[in-house]
Amino acid sequence: MLLEVRDLHVEFRTRDGIAKAVNGVSYGVDAGRTLAVLGESGSGKSVTAQTVMGILDVPPGRITGGEVLFEGRDLLKLKEEERRTVRGAEMAMIFQDALSSLNPVLTVGDQLAEMFTVHRGMSRRDARARAVELMDRVRIPGARERVKQYPHQFSGGMRQRIMIAMAMALEPKLIIADEPTTALDVTVQAQVMDLLADLQREYDMGLILITHDLGVVADVADEIAVMYAGRIVETAPVHEIYKAPAHPYTRGLLDSIPRLDQKGRELYAIKGLPPSLTAIPPGCAFHPRCPLARDVCRTDEPPLYQVGDTRGSACHFWRECLHD
Amino acid sequence: MTEPILEVSGLVKHYPLTRGVLFKKQVGAVKAVDGVDFHLDAGETLGIVGESGCGKSTVAKMLVGLEQPTAGRIRYRGEDITRLSGKALKAVRRNIQMVFQDPYTSLNPRMTVGDIIGEAYEIHPEAAPKGDRRRRVRDLLDVVGLNPEYINRYPHQFSGGQRQRIGIARGLALRPEIIVADEPVSALDVSVQAQVINLMGRLQEEFHLSYVFIAHDLSIVRHISDRVGVMYLGRIVETGRDAEIYDHPTHPYTQALLSAVPVPDPEAREHRERIILAGDVPSPTNIPSGCRFRTRCFKARERCALEVPLLAVPAEFRGTRGPAAHDSACHFAEEIRVVPPETGREHGNGPG
Repeated sequence: MLLEVRDLHVEFRTRDGIAKAVNGVSYGVDAGRTLAVLGESGSGKSVTAQTVMGILDVPPGRITGGEVLFEGRDLLKLKEEERRTVRGAEMAMIFQDALSSLNPVLTVGDQLAEMFTVHRGMSRRDARARAVELMDRVRIPGARERVKQYPHQFSGGMRQRIMIAMAMALEPKLIIADEPTTALDVTVQAQVMDLLADLQREYDMGLILITHDLGVVADVADEIAVMYAGRIVETAPVHEIYKAPAHPYTRGLLDSIPRLDQKGRELYAIKGLPPSLTAIPPGCAFHPRCPLARDVCRTDEPPLYQVGDTRGSACHFWRECLHD
Repeated sequence: MTEPILEVSGLVKHYPLTRGVLFKKQVGAVKAVDGVDFHLDAGETLGIVGESGCGKSTVAKMLVGLEQPTAGRIRYRGEDITRLSGKALKAVRRNIQMVFQDPYTSLNPRMTVGDIIGEAYEIHPEAAPKGDRRRRVRDLLDVVGLNPEYINRYPHQFSGGQRQRIGIARGLALRPEIIVADEPVSALDVSVQAQVINLMGRLQEEFHLSYVFIAHDLSIVRHISDRVGVMYLGRIVETGRDAEIYDHPTHPYTQALLSAVPVPDPEAREHRERIILAGDVPSPTNIPSGCRFRTRCFKARERCALEVPLLAVPAEFRGTRGPAAHDSACHFAEEIRVVPPETGREHGNGPG
């Protein structure tokens, strides 16, 4: 496996106490595969990714347990210096907001070229040529001229392409994309996701796609991990989960989105709100909102039960959910 | 047929671009809204969809009087409200209220929920006698599904979904006939989104409200709307009943938009055809000649650069009475079905 996260725990010190953002997350992705990590705000999906990338702010964050194995090496045991060579060259990240992730006072060409001068020790001229190549590869028209422009002179979709170009620059083995198209319009979103999928295929990269959008997941993912309150509640190959979810939360999410192909009746709405991370309910964290909840759910935290050969569900009553 | 409650014709909003400090010279204009017509019947929901920069929010602002139109008319029950002022305008505004997108910035953090909702009664004192206002605010909180005991709390003590409920309660305070909602659920998480959409549906029935529902999410707009208008670069390019637009679109922009929506059905991946549009939306300061969509259109021909297509039933469908016979501003309108029926499991009622 290219990347394997094992039993990761991350917490934050806040004014209201310790916020347990990640509580025993395990997932993995192979080269050439796409893992979608699905969750709502506060589910811990981004914090997990930041920990994998090694860009978690410590403090206030604190990694309290677990391993992040990249090609068998535990990244959490590396020194920051060693970590830095992994970051960028071996794995790279794409963020939601390209405008604030790019430096506004440097041209995009300078920012792209910097990847090559710093990591590869190239001359400025060679690096500049590579920057133009990269912009071509992410299908930015007129790359030779536009390489001299500043981030604000590009549209949102073009800026996201530049982010992708930067992430791709050193041909990493793994890309983590955190809500890469959330800020974009649907027609531009389709262009950008297309580009990302093409590049992934071409370079046989592993891709971790972090998103809240069940539509995007269905379009591109091979595997899916659903997160709730810092835990993974369900994992499955993408085709199976949409047909028959094995966790009530996943099922509630799928039922709560309006459909494009027909006008709906009243939507199913998961009652209540996600819990505060400083006060996660005992037992199953989802029990206060779950229609299947029984006494055991309030006391015993469900392990990730094996469902068939390829799936897992952290629900005591997954059979009921699956066959209902 | 009864008279529509709201009728918009030739609505235009241009923001001038000037050069020079002392002798300001107009050198151009941002044509945010550039000739929009629609009507809204009592009790119905008109959805307006479009991508960022298409002018949909500017339309919303003009409807509630937050922006003055450059040209055009907005008739409320037959009366042009763009020319009203003073008392008459104030009276009309009571009946057209707005719900905003961002529940974090649209509520004053220094005011209690009671004051935020009750502020409407300060501005329109005739709506409720002074002694009755607190009770009304409590009732409103109850109506939108919040505990009336929360009346003295501040916005930061609520979650995003709860804040949007507060925004809706404020919109309802004056018992308006029309609510203009600009992206009311796009800042919310999926599980909370459904709660707010259901609430809006329930309130519409209970108070016989008419909605102008503005959003970029096409699935949500279909769910809530009776009729839909698709906007591109300041104009409505196609409009019709929800099934006409979603199942029988005839404008290439609508088709591209619908085909690009990611559908939560992995089986659809293989047999779905995407229309990927080239390039970006042109700047509203420099709108292409003829059809404004032609620079990105996969069908564009010479005629499109020369002649502005009108928003009307295209000639080829005029004779038919089928669902393709609805207004579409394209010279080469043609029906293409782009939304495949989802193959996944039947839509359920959730677990349990």
